[in-house]
Amino acid sequence: MTATEKYEAVIGLEVHTHLLTRSKIFCGCSTGFGAPPNHNVCPVCMGMPGVLPVFNRRVLDLAIRAGLAAHCEIAAHSIFARKNYFYPDLPKGYQISQYELPLCKGGYVELPAADGETPRRVNLVRIHLEEDAGKNLHGVDSSLVDFNRSGVPLLEIVSEPDIRSPEEAGAYLRELRLMLRYLEVSNANMEEGSFRCDANVSVRIRGATELGVKTEVKNMNSFKNVEKAIAHEIERQIEVLESGGRVVQETHLWDPDREETRPMRSKEYAHDYRYFPEPDLPPLKAPRELVDEIRAAIPELPAARRARYIRDFGLTHYETDVLTQERDLSDYFEEVIKAPGLSNRKAAANWVMTEVLRVVRESVKPIAEAAARGRGRRAARYGRNGRHQPERRQDRVRCDVQVGQGRGGHRGRTRIGPGLGPGRDRSGLR
Amino acid sequence: MTSDLYKLTVSEARARLRARDVSSAELTRACFDRIAAVDPRLHAYLTLCEREALAQAEDADRRLGAGQAPALCGIPLAIKDIFATREIRTTCASRILENFVPPFDATVIAKLRADGAVFLGKTNMDEFAMGSSTENSAFGPTVNPYDLGRVAGGSSGGSAAAVAADECLAALGTDTGGSIREPASFCGVIGIKPTYSRVSRYGVVAYASSLDQVGPFAKTVRDAAIMLRALAGVDPHDSTCADRPVPDYEQSLTGEVKSLRLGVPKEFFVEGMEREVEDAIRAALKQLEAMGARAVEISLPHTEYAIGAYYLIATAEASANLARYDGIRYGLRAEAATLAEVYNLSRAQGFGAEVKRRIMLGTFALSTGYYDAYYLKAQKVRTLIRRDFEQAFEHCDVIVTPTAPTTAFKLGEKTADPLQMYLSDIFTISVNLAGLPGLVVPCGYDSLNLPIGLQLIGAPFGEETILRAGDACERSGAFTRRPPLV
Repeated sequence: MTATEKYEAVIGLEVHTHLLTRSKIFCGCSTGFGAPPNHNVCPVCMGMPGVLPVFNRRVLDLAIRAGLAAHCEIAAHSIFARKNYFYPDLPKGYQISQYELPLCKGGYVELPAADGETPRRVNLVRIHLEEDAGKNLHGVDSSLVDFNRSGVPLLEIVSEPDIRSPEEAGAYLRELRLMLRYLEVSNANMEEGSFRCDANVSVRIRGATELGVKTEVKNMNSFKNVEKAIAHEIERQIEVLESGGRVVQETHLWDPDREETRPMRSKEYAHDYRYFPEPDLPPLKAPRELVDEIRAAIPELPAARRARYIRDFGLTHYETDVLTQERDLSDYFEEVIKAPGLSNRKAAANWVMTEVLRVVRESVKPIAEAAARGRGRRAARYGRNGRHQPERRQDRVRCDVQVGQGRGGHRGRTRIGPGLGPGRDRSGLR
Repeated sequence: MTSDLYKLTVSEARARLRARDVSSAELTRACFDRIAAVDPRLHAYLTLCEREALAQAEDADRRLGAGQAPALCGIPLAIKDIFATREIRTTCASRILENFVPPFDATVIAKLRADGAVFLGKTNMDEFAMGSSTENSAFGPTVNPYDLGRVAGGSSGGSAAAVAADECLAALGTDTGGSIREPASFCGVIGIKPTYSRVSRYGVVAYASSLDQVGPFAKTVRDAAIMLRALAGVDPHDSTCADRPVPDYEQSLTGEVKSLRLGVPKEFFVEGMEREVEDAIRAALKQLEAMGARAVEISLPHTEYAIGAYYLIATAEASANLARYDGIRYGLRAEAATLAEVYNLSRAQGFGAEVKRRIMLGTFALSTGYYDAYYLKAQKVRTLIRRDFEQAFEHCDVIVTPTAPTTAFKLGEKTADPLQMYLSDIFTISVNLAGLPGLVVPCGYDSLNLPIGLQLIGAPFGEETILRAGDACERSGAFTRRPPLV
């Protein structure tokens, strides 16, 4: 029997994601990315003596939206708590988080299934709110701390240990990210640091019901690295057990250069966080009316959209996956197939997946902006049984529909390239 | 006489400033002269702000000249060194903040500034407000103006002494377990701790978040009422600050106490209290009864657990509140080779013994395995204490008690045993746990000429009632105010 046949991996993921609010969670500082160090700071997020937190209510709206989309139970009454530990990037010496009474409990994320399969569910333990810490920058003989990120609102999403393979972990993260982006709750960008993941990994003999000793794996900065790190850790644990040893409960850091995990010095992380309710903040109320209002405004989510495309347009799983990878792209696709006279949806899908995506990638602009310009002309050209029609005024007007809400705006823009200047190929664009 | 201007009350000064009979500049200079004359002996001030104060006084005089100036315009005040004052050193009487200059004002400071008040300087205190005698200051104690060999009380000893010795017209303090009321009693001045949430805590260096409250020291109850009105009110920077209209507290000083029901808690008149203190309190009660009030015996059965509950809750919150003093962003940073050393050495060198003691106690009370038995249990006891008061207030309007079991003790008398020191707060501490307002008015002197203070406890947001009762006491003339030694 091979190792994988003998052992089963049990994986739980903890995701921290930045919420798309203009201001930080407990003060009015900007959450904008890319400012010079210690520019978006104030006495509150610097933890100066005498300061107090004041909750940014917009954070609650986004958190509830995420919780509802993940089918969680939203607590009408939840509590902030202090999580106490010392680290230079933590200005107060405690993080304001949630402990005993989090905002969301339960819930699940459905993973996209391949053709013919039933979708797998990864159950969630909870989702709660907390503030981010600053960022340490380590030099040769000194370290610097930048507090721009201190106080940025975070959603912590904790899954049950339902994941059974590195690939499944990757699928979970990708689906979560997609959902958060559709909801416009977060940009969920790992490279920018607005989406972070820690993995709890253990192994056990297949068929056993008790959980093995788990290690926590941190410092993975891309989905690929998460999969690699988890795979490596599973292998390492199996080796340990096979050679008669015991897995030690400790934290491992993923080293992306060496592609291996190393244990963190255990002393550093032997923390008793001494949680207690935050006396500076009243309980967080999420009344029924607010939750209902937010629920009513939730857009169609990726899972539902994919199902609909398969059912109504006869597209394959692969095609729907590509089309729904960004909400703007699939919104655009839906606009295209609504064009009067368009009958061949497969062709339209194909066109969006190839031509449009190519142009978008080349221009490196957000899909909304790039596609919108070309939309009217193409729809006119292809939509009418292949006959060329001159661009109609009302089509052009429809093109100018603003699709990129908030994403191209102030918060977290997807990286924009050098942009279109004179002389660039504008064939796909008006 | 210009030289006596420092003896004015806020109310008197307000009238004379508005009448342009005296200028804020004169008043301010008179205070600084007084400070120069007596503070070397008292050590009430840690920092003096002559330049800034005189500039504020000039601005105030301009406003007063234009008419319609706020009540505190031009009034020289002393500020406990726990309030963040922009560009003015704020030390909390600790080495760890010895050179800390905040870039912002506490809300109450901003309010007073906007009103045109004058800040004479920052006053001495027990380090991080932890103490009952100001002997825990890293910069030496403040002594009692009635006996230079005795303590001024704490933790707001500097502010209390400054008012008693006329080194200012009024002062700001904070009270977490009695830190306004006890020094007010020891120094023979008025002190009021408002209802928790009445006054903003933003910019007040936190000791215990759920207990800390800002309040004034004053020479008369009227002055305290004037000060409180200027300080109170909602603050968008403080989520725990109540959004309630602020009454004109002066209006409540009618002198009327007829049919006022005075609750006298039997648990507060026990052994261990100095005889003369008890006599003075009972005499004050008699006086109030003579004016038409009615004494009613009440019971606060959980009183004996108050100190225990307090020293778990306050220290737990403090252990977290003081974690930010790590040498990283501001304050004292020890020279060290590793991060752990930066933390350990900065805090070892920066904090005094009592502060360290309370941080350790608080950390322990929150730690895994002990949280339920200590912190959580203490919070439950707190609920019982609050309920005691709720039930008591069904039978009375004001609760009357001694402020401290003794008059001012000698310097060094209680420093050997911290627990002995903690017992000085026995009559004040449950008031903080219940979040109630408490006013202290002087009601006599003992045979050593040391002041004795009467404590008046009100129902939540019952400041008007206790101010009225306190004002009546003051007006009764039952005892004459004696000048301090200096």
